[in-house]
Amino acid sequence: MTRVLRRRQFMSALALGISMLATILGLVTLGAIVWTLMVQGFSGLSLNVFTQMTPAPQSPGGGLLNAIFGSVLMTAIGIGLGAPLGMLAGTYLAEYGRGNRFTSIVRFINDVLLSAPSIVIGLFVYTVVVARVHHYSALAGAIALGIIALPVIVRTTEDMLRLVPKSMREGSAALGAQPWRTVTSVVYPAARSGLVTGVLLAVARISGETAPLLFTALGNQFWSSDLLGPMANLPAVIFQFAMSPYENWQVLAWSGALLITLFVLLLSIIARSIGALFGTVQRGST
Amino acid sequence: MAATHPLHARLQREATAESVFRWATLCSAALVLLLLAGVLTSLAYGAWPALKTFGWGFLSTEVWNPVTEKFGALAPIYGTVITSFIAMLIAIPVAFGIAVFLTETCPQWLRTPIGIAIELLAAIPSIVFGIWGLFILAPILQQHVQPWLIEHVGPLPIVGALFQGAPYGIGLLTAGLVLAIMVLPFITAVMREVFQMTPTSIKEAAYAAGATQWEVIWDIVFPWSRAGMVGGIMLGLGRALGETMAVTFVVGNAHRISTSLIAPGTTIAASIANEFAEAVGDLYTSALMALGLILFVLTFAVIAGARLLLLRLERGATRRYA
Repeated sequence: MTRVLRRRQFMSALALGISMLATILGLVTLGAIVWTLMVQGFSGLSLNVFTQMTPAPQSPGGGLLNAIFGSVLMTAIGIGLGAPLGMLAGTYLAEYGRGNRFTSIVRFINDVLLSAPSIVIGLFVYTVVVARVHHYSALAGAIALGIIALPVIVRTTEDMLRLVPKSMREGSAALGAQPWRTVTSVVYPAARSGLVTGVLLAVARISGETAPLLFTALGNQFWSSDLLGPMANLPAVIFQFAMSPYENWQVLAWSGALLITLFVLLLSIIARSIGALFGTVQRGST
Repeated sequence: MAATHPLHARLQREATAESVFRWATLCSAALVLLLLAGVLTSLAYGAWPALKTFGWGFLSTEVWNPVTEKFGALAPIYGTVITSFIAMLIAIPVAFGIAVFLTETCPQWLRTPIGIAIELLAAIPSIVFGIWGLFILAPILQQHVQPWLIEHVGPLPIVGALFQGAPYGIGLLTAGLVLAIMVLPFITAVMREVFQMTPTSIKEAAYAAGATQWEVIWDIVFPWSRAGMVGGIMLGLGRALGETMAVTFVVGNAHRISTSLIAPGTTIAASIANEFAEAVGDLYTSALMALGLILFVLTFAVIAGARLLLLRLERGATRRYA
């Protein structure tokens, strides 16, 4: 009896020990990636990165200014397209269409699009935009990013609006407000921080996207602010520079990767803190 | 008289605004469906010339020759499946271990920090994993791991076939490893969430009956969360199948099928990313579009299956507690 018990306890300790090893292995590997990124990225980071254009191979100096500008611009336009549409769609799912069949279908498809491969979105935008006008453009890149942001925002908007207590909607309706006025004047303000979180998460998601930009915005060695022409962007520059044999390009690729990662992590942390704050407010008010 | 009353006009305006707003939200919701339909149609449209030329043989041909305009999807499909399989083989047990540790053995004060760290790591752009794989992992594998594998495992029967050839560093094995690291935080986060859904009362009952900690995990938590775990794993698989940047850097981009895991290969996403912008000729572009269509259908099936599973689980959970 005691032997059986001892064996069971040994098995338990062994299995839990292995699980602890798995945790150490996983965290050390992921930590090593972040560490390498920091070391390599910071070593090449200087003021030049923010003030100079992407250099020619093996020429000294140079930075990522045109790529940073292109990325910021395309991300902004992408969010400008995706956020309003996504919020409206999320509003339909949470308010007007609550519980009907159309809503559950849209929600399901949205969830699938949420994890669909982004390179396929690039092919889609290539077919409907780039192939029609016969040239690559920053606008096409922004549209691709907007399409990737859309499902993220639809999802978070619906989730956040659903957190708003029903009693607030009923109170507004009792005062004679039409549903749209209830939504815009009562529900949106109540869910504001949640909606902001959703947008931040969407920005974080699309700012590191590379695949859909490769054959929409393409890339550009030079400064360009022409929305209808090819434009440099950080992910594409990182891809091109890292795959190249030139050392100065590779250094810049690491710096670019570090910049994107820091930006994404910062956004995620801000979104988390807002979300946590929102959660406590919600709990406190009910 | 009522028609001229200012309040009446105001109410009229409100009603108009109401229908406009309602219509706008409905159209935006319909846009999501339209998007899916649009992606499918445009890919099918773009892929049509290639599919018409090569027929079903497209799926079973290894040749990929832009010069003679002969294209087959077998090598990319093979690479996609193999790299995702390697990734899952490594990521699932490790993620399971981490989730077990975090929900059962980890000291209370350490749970939240590790949990948050893993969720933040899941947000890191995939291109970072790709560049790390190319500059750090591939050289290590090439200099230390692969020569050993070739020398010691290579001569063995059956398994040996997996480790033949020269140590390039890059290849299917490297791509699979990078993918495994990339999907690890994601699968861990889902597993942890599902584990936490196991009701404490059932676990306590098992402890009261004298079960060891591992027996509670294996016989209570595991069966309870099986459906959710499978859902989470399939979502991770969907990611791995469609992942582009983490793979493109390290897979080697060679359109050929080799039983050796250390040989360079390609995946669907990597082929598209590498070749699409430079593809000349309609048939070449179309063949890449056809690859995109295959990838989309494949991932759609996996992700939809995962979502259905998770959806059923969610409904079951609310019913159970209602």
